[in-house]
Amino acid sequence: MIETTTEYEHPLMKGYREQLNCGFAQVGEVFEDCMAEALAVLSRAGLAAYLDNARFLCKMGRGVEPVLAFLEEWPSVAKALGEEALGPVMAAIQAMHKSPNGKAITPFIQTLAPVARRLHSLEPLEHYLDIAHDLMARTTGSIHGHHATFPSPGLPEFFQQAPFLFNQLSMAGVRNWVEYGIRNYRTHPERQAEYFALKSADSRAVLQRERHGVLFADVERRLELYLRGLWQEAEQLVPYSTAFDELRKPIPYYDKLGMRVPDVFDSANGVKGIDRYRAVLAHMVGHRRWTTQVIADNYSPLQRMAVEFFEDCRVETLLCREYPGLRDIFLALHPHPGEDDCDPETMSCLRHRLTMLSRALLDENHGYRNPIILEFAQRFHESMVRGESSTREVADLALSFSARSRRQSDQYANVYFDNTVIDYRDDNRHMWLFIEDSDDEDFFDDPDKKQKKEAEAQSLPPRHYPEWDYNSQTYRPDWVSLYEHLHPKGNAADIDRLLQKNDALAKRLKRILDLLKPQDKVRIRYQEEGSELDLDVAIRSLIDFKGGATPDPRINMSHRTSGRNIAVSLVLDLSESLNEKVAGSEQTILELSQEAVSLLAWAIERLGDPFAISGFHSNTRHDVRFMHIKGYSEGFGDEVKARLAAMEAGYSTRMGAAMRHAAHYLEARPADKKLMLILTDGQPADVDVQDEKLLIEDARRAVRELDQKGIFAYCINLDPKADEYVADIFGRQYTVVDNIQRLPEKLPELFMALTK
Amino acid sequence: MTTHIEQYKVHKEPYYQPQGNEVALYEAAYRNRLPVMVKGPTGCGKSRFVEYMAWKLGKPLITVACNEDMTASDLVGRYLLEANGTRWLDGPLTTAARIGAICYLDEVVEARQDTTVVIHPLTDHRRTLPLDKKGELIEAHPDFQLVISYNPGYQSLMKDLKQSTKQRFTAFDFDYPAPELETSILAKETGLDAAVAAKLVKIGQTARNLKGHGLDEGISTRLLVYASTLIKDGIDPREACRMALVRPITDDADIRDTLDHAIDATFA
Repeated sequence: MIETTTEYEHPLMKGYREQLNCGFAQVGEVFEDCMAEALAVLSRAGLAAYLDNARFLCKMGRGVEPVLAFLEEWPSVAKALGEEALGPVMAAIQAMHKSPNGKAITPFIQTLAPVARRLHSLEPLEHYLDIAHDLMARTTGSIHGHHATFPSPGLPEFFQQAPFLFNQLSMAGVRNWVEYGIRNYRTHPERQAEYFALKSADSRAVLQRERHGVLFADVERRLELYLRGLWQEAEQLVPYSTAFDELRKPIPYYDKLGMRVPDVFDSANGVKGIDRYRAVLAHMVGHRRWTTQVIADNYSPLQRMAVEFFEDCRVETLLCREYPGLRDIFLALHPHPGEDDCDPETMSCLRHRLTMLSRALLDENHGYRNPIILEFAQRFHESMVRGESSTREVADLALSFSARSRRQSDQYANVYFDNTVIDYRDDNRHMWLFIEDSDDEDFFDDPDKKQKKEAEAQSLPPRHYPEWDYNSQTYRPDWVSLYEHLHPKGNAADIDRLLQKNDALAKRLKRILDLLKPQDKVRIRYQEEGSELDLDVAIRSLIDFKGGATPDPRINMSHRTSGRNIAVSLVLDLSESLNEKVAGSEQTILELSQEAVSLLAWAIERLGDPFAISGFHSNTRHDVRFMHIKGYSEGFGDEVKARLAAMEAGYSTRMGAAMRHAAHYLEARPADKKLMLILTDGQPADVDVQDEKLLIEDARRAVRELDQKGIFAYCINLDPKADEYVADIFGRQYTVVDNIQRLPEKLPELFMALTK
Repeated sequence: MTTHIEQYKVHKEPYYQPQGNEVALYEAAYRNRLPVMVKGPTGCGKSRFVEYMAWKLGKPLITVACNEDMTASDLVGRYLLEANGTRWLDGPLTTAARIGAICYLDEVVEARQDTTVVIHPLTDHRRTLPLDKKGELIEAHPDFQLVISYNPGYQSLMKDLKQSTKQRFTAFDFDYPAPELETSILAKETGLDAAVAAKLVKIGQTARNLKGHGLDEGISTRLLVYASTLIKDGIDPREACRMALVRPITDDADIRDTLDHAIDATFA
């Protein structure tokens, strides 16, 4: 028991202190303030429960922080959610207390108040506690499964981030985000903590995906169409993130590189997110059309601000002339500050005044009485009636407005901001021309710049592909990094030798090929309607007719030009398992594949179909390598043969990403039919994936994507046990080649059968 | 034979608003019996122009809508079997050549190339049509003229006219009329208020800007006329536009949304 320093204490307060019965000095210091707040908020029963639970937290042996946090936070939580929230909250604390997660109690209580303010009522709080409980139960580690030993690494971080999360996401979004973290990082403590602390890239990516509002990524095409259709602009749109920049809220702008817009817009004032985007774009388009640059050096910052407001209103007036419907959107988004909201005696009212003016210029029913504003609105409208006016003209108007309306208090540091932010307007950086450089610019060139550029040219940047997660039925965004390059070269003569060795087979293939080769005209007989009379049939019909039988009316024939229009992409799995020797043979699977692919390439070359060959292997999701062996327009010459000869096997099989990448190229081919052949010897797998089914499901998803793109995927599998999974991935579009030794003859035959 | 000709005549003056001096040019071509090709996007007034010219010149007009299954005998004619033998039936091209009509082959690229070759002898100095199955050579009537139309925009690389066919024609290149002209066309054709017509034209422009970005073809003048007709009939302009202008041309949700927005922004 401590001795308090206060000489006199109200007997009631003393009673409370005894009821709390907590010995920490820090608690004593804040106790009275906390009680004052609690007495104002809590009922009598609630107060008793408050003190009881605080005592429990004090005595549970986790130091002073839990009880301090509880004493300070609870009254405002109770105010937001009601006193009955105490039960579930204490239950959650007890659960953490009993598990090894005692460390998470403090952050939980500390962030409870801001979370509660977001959640508003008891029911969402219970959902929040469920999510936390689920996270705790599934990430608390145990050794050999008989004792919970390790605390959850992510749980304290999650509680820390909770207010931010609920600010950005809906309850379902938080649940998905947590679920994703648990599933992918359950076995990796450091990464799990990083994920829940929102420090890892995919944590942010998933957060982005789950955000509420209209995401830029979802409407990008619509916005481009909007610009092109309504405004004949084809500007690049570049999103900036609004999620992580709490202090310096970026605002839209445009420059040479494109129009910058926020990555998400919630609905506001009854305007849908997409329409807010459109308002932003329309405003920028207005500037591009009608704004001319003004020399900034002669103006003070305050004058510049006035000029910007006037110019913004001018372009918006012109925009509304073009599309009257825009006015409703602009007015709904434009703030309408009350005339007397700002007191010019105590704070700077510049923004307030200009916002009112801007409203008055756009909205006839603004309702302001300030004579200066009325006068300038009048003058503005007069100049607009005459035509488009000009930046120059409204700048003059703005200067005289700022001279007339100036107040001493405009210089105050205490600026009135409320209700003066017009968030669909850009920052007008394009409007100003600075003749003299200001002092704060730096003038050194980056000496590394040139070198960096050269280094970049040598290798392509990685391409990122999503991966399908069957557990959550969602894509993991940008999950796989794929690097593509040309396959290194070997000795082309090796391939020629292989072809020679299979000479007999080649001759046989050649016969089939000749049958397959497109012959230009094909006669179609027995047509009721045709280009010519088929004499034989016609005479027969006539005889039938004369003989009293029913004649066959199909007496015409016509011609059809038949051509093959098919593009083929052959994707080879070059994983480590190809180095195994085939049973009963000296050759490895790799060598046999080489032989088969050479023959196939030779055959397709003779048919004249455009086709590409590529190989892939992977070493975790961060390094999927995709090697081009033959491009569509390359002939099957020495270059290609050399690359084919150098084929090597290694690493694992991340099939989905390779298929998506090959499809990226195949999709762009202008052929009627597109065929992707995948030659593999095993199921998709990678060293960083424990769940066998995951990559199989991803590959299956990739096949579906290909199908949607009009690409027919076909798998040639060399794994005798392939039946267990290959049908799951490819449906019925596969063949298992049991006798691998016969692959060189099977592969071309298969191809021809497929394309006949 | 006269009744035969009468049915092909255009009796009522079709409304046609010239965009340039195409009427005079066509008359000159007709005076010299030069074959004419009319190019342009769908619904910009190609067929209406030909109809108008036929009316103006007072000549019968035989129109053939070409399609992929059309064969040479569909144009020239064929033998039909009858109870006591066979009977020759003239095709539309033969009929036109006999009676001296203007034969209009609409969307001629839709027909296969080997079909279009039969028009060759009619389109040069010979002006004859050999019916090899019948063993007859028809000398074209002095009033006969051949007109074809085609839309170079939408069809694939495969569908193009042979050079040897192209080079037998004089050609008009049509496009959607300029905004003011199109406005007056809508106003005259349907009696719609000019201000509303101007808004419709603006929406049409919006869609034409999107051509090649998900739209194969912009909103045609024909569709704008449909929309005007609906508005004239008392339908709310926004709904009329959605029904007549947007829904027919696209199934792409993004484009539909953008055009819907353009309609709302225009008819505020």
